[in-house]
Amino acid sequence: MHHLTLAELAAGLAAGDFSSRELTETLLNRVQAHDGDLNSFITVCPERALAQADAADARRAAGRAGPLTGLPVAHKDIFCTRGLRTSAGSKMLDAFVAPYDATVVERLDAAGMVLLGKTNMDEFAMGSSNESSHYGPVRNPWDTATVPGGSSGGSAAALAARLVPAATGTDTGGSIRQPAALSGITGLKPTYGRVSRWGMIAYASSLDQGGPMARSAEDCALLLGAMAGFDPRDSTSAQVPVPDYAAALGGELAGLRIGLPREYFGAGLDADVARAVEAAIDEYRRLGATLVEVSLPSTELAIPAYYVIAPSEASSNLARFDGVRYGHRCAAPRDLHDLYTRSRGEGFGAEVKRRIMVGTYALSAGYYDAYYLKAQRIRRLIRDEFLRAFETVDVLMGPTSPSVAFGLGEKADDPIALYLADIYTVAVNLAGLPAISLPCGFKQGLPVGLQIIGRHFDEARLLAVAHRYQQVTDWHRRAPAGYA
Amino acid sequence: MEWEAVIGLEIHTQLATKSKIFSGAPTAYGAEPNTQACAIDLGLPGVLPVVNAEAVRMAVMFGLAVDATIAPRSVFARKNYFYPDLPKGYQISQYELPVVAHGRLDITLADGSHKRIGITRAHLEEDAGKSLHEDFHGMTGVDLNRAGTPLLEIVSEPDLRSAQEAVAYMKKVHQIVVYLGICDGNLQEGSFRCDANVSVRRKGATAFGTRAEIKNINSFRFVERAIEHEIERQVELLEGGGQVVQETRLYDPDRDETRPMRSKEEANDYRYFPDPDLLPLELDAACVAAARAALPELPDARRARFVEAFGLSPQDAEALTASRPFADYFEALVAAVGGDAKLCANWMMGEFAAALNRAGLDVTASPLGPARLAGVLQRLRDGTLSGKLAKEVFDAVWAGEGDADAVIAARGLRQITDSGAIEAIVAEVIAAHPKQAEQYRAGQEKLFGFFVGQVMKASRGKANPQQVNDLLAARLKG
Amino acid sequence: MSLGPAEVAKIAHLARLAIAESDVPAYARNLSSILELVARMDAVDTTGVEPLAHPLDMVQRLRADEVTEADRRDDFQSLAPQVEAGLYLVPRVIE
Repeated sequence: MHHLTLAELAAGLAAGDFSSRELTETLLNRVQAHDGDLNSFITVCPERALAQADAADARRAAGRAGPLTGLPVAHKDIFCTRGLRTSAGSKMLDAFVAPYDATVVERLDAAGMVLLGKTNMDEFAMGSSNESSHYGPVRNPWDTATVPGGSSGGSAAALAARLVPAATGTDTGGSIRQPAALSGITGLKPTYGRVSRWGMIAYASSLDQGGPMARSAEDCALLLGAMAGFDPRDSTSAQVPVPDYAAALGGELAGLRIGLPREYFGAGLDADVARAVEAAIDEYRRLGATLVEVSLPSTELAIPAYYVIAPSEASSNLARFDGVRYGHRCAAPRDLHDLYTRSRGEGFGAEVKRRIMVGTYALSAGYYDAYYLKAQRIRRLIRDEFLRAFETVDVLMGPTSPSVAFGLGEKADDPIALYLADIYTVAVNLAGLPAISLPCGFKQGLPVGLQIIGRHFDEARLLAVAHRYQQVTDWHRRAPAGYA
Repeated sequence: MEWEAVIGLEIHTQLATKSKIFSGAPTAYGAEPNTQACAIDLGLPGVLPVVNAEAVRMAVMFGLAVDATIAPRSVFARKNYFYPDLPKGYQISQYELPVVAHGRLDITLADGSHKRIGITRAHLEEDAGKSLHEDFHGMTGVDLNRAGTPLLEIVSEPDLRSAQEAVAYMKKVHQIVVYLGICDGNLQEGSFRCDANVSVRRKGATAFGTRAEIKNINSFRFVERAIEHEIERQVELLEGGGQVVQETRLYDPDRDETRPMRSKEEANDYRYFPDPDLLPLELDAACVAAARAALPELPDARRARFVEAFGLSPQDAEALTASRPFADYFEALVAAVGGDAKLCANWMMGEFAAALNRAGLDVTASPLGPARLAGVLQRLRDGTLSGKLAKEVFDAVWAGEGDADAVIAARGLRQITDSGAIEAIVAEVIAAHPKQAEQYRAGQEKLFGFFVGQVMKASRGKANPQQVNDLLAARLKG
Repeated sequence: MSLGPAEVAKIAHLARLAIAESDVPAYARNLSSILELVARMDAVDTTGVEPLAHPLDMVQRLRADEVTEADRRDDFQSLAPQVEAGLYLVPRVIE
């Protein structure tokens, strides 16, 4: 049953074909069998999972099951889970057992989902290859010599390997969409403010957004419906009603206006990736959509602006990790300064330290205007360009990532090369827009992702557009060899 | 050479909310360490702040009270620095866009004249925790109960020119925040604290000298002393050919001196930027109007009204309006007595204030309500009691022996106003002291007092003093 | 914009990060190249463009002044490296 989608598993549970306990045991066994190679989980919690599965079965027997009751899920290890280690992929939080649940965790718990464990990630979500985790890199099930993408690489790999049917991720500059693309699954980054950030360990607060990762748009719709909604504990949470995403999946595409940003198909895009994406867009044309070329001239400024704003916010967000109230504390500090610098120096990995230093520098006296404010001005240009484009089109389409999965260690010593690969994803975060990545082909056995960007709070349309494509294609159904 | 001090104050007032500015933890003072620090106050991973509406309303009220501009849009910013009592590694404050700006208030100087002091801004921020330096095996203990308590930081223009002016200003701000009910005003518990920026320059100079910031001043007396010491220190330094260094100094009340703060030695780079966890605070006209409608009468207006309506001197009006409950008591007293505000004022500032002082009580804890005190004053007004007797009755009423009439009845303290009865006593006294009477008649007029004393003694203090005077004078001429 | 070892040390100090002497050149190189990337922003004239701190034009929502949090000191302090008498302990702070 591991190959079934979330929607199919839901139907199976509802029909009584299998119990949540059977499903949970099956998947726990799969994790046991395969995750030694993949390293997609940081923590697996079999006892808790089986207890939740039994509770879900009892709830179903009592006639109180909801659409997600009894379905297994894995949370990115950035969402706080009460009583369970929440590490953010960092040595800093290796011993941190969260004393509360993130809102996302609470909501999916309340829906009756079964938590299998916490997935691996780039440390504090800083990375796009999942190589910066304190718990070691995650391997891509399509080719274990390659990366799964990041920072939600553990969730993506576990989904691709059919270890879980549903997972959560967070996306600050592409961290749901890029691993979804590189691992051949479907992932949605919602509108900023759509999903509560409470209990989600912050990387860059004005960009971070949690979202669903699954094997189809339909599954993402089911998950998002349970994750989304106003949360009074998050000041940036939007008071916008949550539509029934699953119900909005039907419908034809006739009249849909698809914008193709010229800048998303230029130099730097792998030719095979381009071909796969163009083929997908062609499919949409056949399905009745109209294609419109648009321009987002500030696209190439998104990366520089992002690498000022995100590290600036991060440098402040990560100041709380000081070895005083929780987290790693160095041995035998000589004095307060020593306690701070060594606890943080030892607890954070190199990429985290790099970003903290960049952010500290960008905010420091004499540089604030030239870096931080400049970046925020560019952020407005970028957002406004998107808003203008959406006056004439309903969605934007293009590649999620300029290339397919690259080799483990291939870019490890070149942070800039990694940063540049975020070219199609970071602007979306700067503008706070929703976007989905879905599989649309392969290059030499490695998946290619199609990105669809929507208007603010237009997730229902993104999901419907993606779903329509998945009704006529089967890229999302392909499983990596050895994991079918 | 003549020197002039230039002083600006930054006053931190803890706002009297039930919960913290960004969390639902309680703000009560004196709890067991860290029992009032919730996940948000501790800066645990993944927590987020949400702004307390009451803290905002209180800031707006203060702004209105000092004729300031209420910003239609203000922004919370992070002030980044590492310190054990600062759990997140940053303090949420307001930087470029504070909620209140361009206010002013008038202080009264020693000569009775008024001086207008500008208030640059007042902004909302969170308080830090407390480091306890008692010895825990050579370590410092950190209590984060206070972390996240709402503060309104009120920053004055450098308009103050002496330690006395600084104290007058600080007292005025204290009076206003307590009047508004936005701060409990408790200096001992740190609800009202002050940092002073002090510099000196030659009289007549227009440029400012280099300033030092003095931290940790938590009483009116210490403000005066700390500033005076700092002025002296700077003048001495400059006259000796030295230079004032811009630095942060700590006032040590035990040694009565200021010294440089070790922890602030390195130049800080606070890296302020808008807090991305919070959105711009927008206050519309309706919200400001609601706060304005809720404003109580402020000390200056009340003082003016007391002068106008009750015919009091400005000095008396000032003393009576020093605190809101004291002024409230006064108005209730005048109403209960049915007029004679001057008498009420004298008693409030005299016997009543002295009794409170002796008992170490605030007016709000007085055992004597305005109605009971009015009872005493009514008997004074209708002649039942002499001034002296009224004091005796007051003491008894204060001590809980019942109301004025009960005490008068129980002690037989009714004043003797029957002139026949007084005349009899007068005659008796003169008869008993023939020698003194003779001397008086021979011109030793100071003996008159002796006879008054004797008559009062003989009447056990109950004879009406005016009648005693009149009758004695007539009889002695005799 | 290129950073030297002294600047890296200064930033690391401000950020309270212990960096091994031997790692400083690598950080200097990496940070310099990041700043070079960031300098591409200079290509665009942003005169008159208002900085955008949040992607959506939302305003701060206010919370009612109510105590909602109970004491959970024991839970929270079970996470702490060193506590005594309910206090978090740190090396001696000198004011």
